[in-house]
Amino acid sequence: MKSQPIIQLQGLTKTYDLGEIQVHALRGVNLDIEAGSYVAIMGASGSGKSTLLNILGCLDRPTSGRYWLGGDDVSTLEDDALSIIRGQRLGFIFQSYNLIDQLTVVENIHVPLFYQGRDLEQCWDECVKFAELVGLGDRLDHRPKQLSGGQQQRVAIARSLVNNPLMILADEPTGNLDSQTGREVLEVLDRLNAAGKTIVLVTHGEEVATRAHRVVRMKDGFVDSDVLNRKTISTAATARPVAAAAR
Amino acid sequence: MKPLIPIALVRIVQLGVKSLLLHKMRSALTMLGIIFGVCSVIAMLAIGEGASHEAQEAIKKLGSSNVIIRSVKRTADNSSSGQGKRSFVAEYGLTYRDAARLQATIPGIRRVLPLRIMRDDVRFSSISHPCQVIGTHPLYPEINGVDLLAGRFLTETDERYQNNICAITLSLAESLFTGQNPLEQEVKIGANYFRVVGIVRERGTEQKRPQSGATEGQTIDANVYIPLSAARNRFGEVIFRRSAGSFEAEKVELHQLTLQFENPESVETAVPLIQRLLERFHERKDYELVVPLELLRQAERTKRIFNVVLGSIAAISLLVGGIGIMNIMLATVTERTREIGIRRALGAKKKDITTQFLVETIVLSVGGGLIGVAVGVITPLLVEQVAGMKTIITWWSVVVAFGISALVGVVFGLYPARRAADLDPIEALRHT
Repeated sequence: MKSQPIIQLQGLTKTYDLGEIQVHALRGVNLDIEAGSYVAIMGASGSGKSTLLNILGCLDRPTSGRYWLGGDDVSTLEDDALSIIRGQRLGFIFQSYNLIDQLTVVENIHVPLFYQGRDLEQCWDECVKFAELVGLGDRLDHRPKQLSGGQQQRVAIARSLVNNPLMILADEPTGNLDSQTGREVLEVLDRLNAAGKTIVLVTHGEEVATRAHRVVRMKDGFVDSDVLNRKTISTAATARPVAAAAR
Repeated sequence: MKPLIPIALVRIVQLGVKSLLLHKMRSALTMLGIIFGVCSVIAMLAIGEGASHEAQEAIKKLGSSNVIIRSVKRTADNSSSGQGKRSFVAEYGLTYRDAARLQATIPGIRRVLPLRIMRDDVRFSSISHPCQVIGTHPLYPEINGVDLLAGRFLTETDERYQNNICAITLSLAESLFTGQNPLEQEVKIGANYFRVVGIVRERGTEQKRPQSGATEGQTIDANVYIPLSAARNRFGEVIFRRSAGSFEAEKVELHQLTLQFENPESVETAVPLIQRLLERFHERKDYELVVPLELLRQAERTKRIFNVVLGSIAAISLLVGGIGIMNIMLATVTERTREIGIRRALGAKKKDITTQFLVETIVLSVGGGLIGVAVGVITPLLVEQVAGMKTIITWWSVVVAFGISALVGVVFGLYPARRAADLDPIEALRHT
């Protein structure tokens, strides 16, 4: 029996109403993502990739269609409810790290827990554990400005893990990094996935995409192709391609 | 796990302080508006309160259950008296019969204290000192608030026998009798010798009495009190005055009558009666009525208006301070759009963002308020030292000023905080 996918998208559309013209960013996306998979979403700009990411990240609501995240339909939730979902079920990694400048490493890692009402003192050990996991156990008191780009991105990864999310959404995580540090960051993601974390990665880079078990390509608001990555397929036990949305 | 609200709030305040410390200069400048606002509220009210307190004390000293009637020389009187019998003597003022009539007819009167006041020099051995000679009754200290320092005051016996004795004020004693005991010494006033029997001190030396004409306003620290009967007999009722080539004489029986009533309530009913009585027996209005109770009420009304004016000025400065804060917070929100986006993505609700920015504004305004209170408490003390003005810091002015500063934080923080919370997280994240 197949396990219940943690993400199910059904006939997802998104239309931006710009007054005179309507922009159809998504025209009906169907996509299932199982727990523990490592999915890369690719596509040219204007393909609906960013819109899809925003909806997956519960930052935006679809115009129509359904989005089940961890068994709950989140496509029609109110703003506050979406905030709670983001805080509890999702981890974000951004291209430009997006750390908060006035906070230290450990405080930055703590932010998602702060909004769940947990005081830093209560969960200090947890936050430190994740800092150590990404190799920054000796920089707990540093501010983002005192760290290199790679280190900052690793703080962001630690932060995305701290709330034990169902899925980590990474938006071009290596876009601002040189290839060496980019590779290091990707290796961290590989290890996390190997440890069972579900990762959805949005990228332009083919090389980055090759690390994923499954590559979904977007085009004109549809899923253009959805293929398992041959190189990694043998290790991707739980990844399962889903038929792309019909043209 | 249920979040502990106080701890969460402490964290939010810590976060706010941390964010504000990131731009120390900016935060300090922003607070200045509130600091000056709060400071000016407290300082202005303290100075106003001090000034009106002094005025009220002076009035209270006159006694709220007293009515004071003074003889007044009208400038027009000279010409009118010239029409009839030509005389050098200006005759005006209250008479002994007035005193008797008032005492007999006005209900509620407890005592009537007549005063005769003359300006003269008092001499002891070779020292001469200008002074006020006050002919009065033994009741004087009780009604006018005079402390007896040594010896005794005038008595009924002195009054009856027109004794040539006197009580003098401390400052006069000091200038006349340097290093000697003034008691039982004889001083010369005009052509008569008076024996000093007591040393007194007037409470509140600034009080002014009607002086016969031009010499009005001199500090009346140098007083000689003699029995009224003695004053009448030794000095007569006509007072001559020579000044720079001119010569003046006036006939005044009594310079002042102090009516003491049973209680302040009977004052109010008595005042119209007194006026009617005096009007009947005085063709010209050569007297004035001073009702301390009315003056006190007036002073209180004035003070209230004064406070409203000061309060409005201070409120405007707080308003300006608040607008300054709002301006900076709006700039801060724009500057930190990205941070807002991050926090929203990581699970912050709109409410959390509102709280965060509101707390920052409140920290600014309350911090400014606290500094303002400190400066506002020090300023009146400095004013008291430097300008010699009396100031009174009322606890309510501190509370009100501080309260308003906190309120300013809430009111002017709400809009920027709302703007921050209403940002679209996606847009905010994209913001550079």
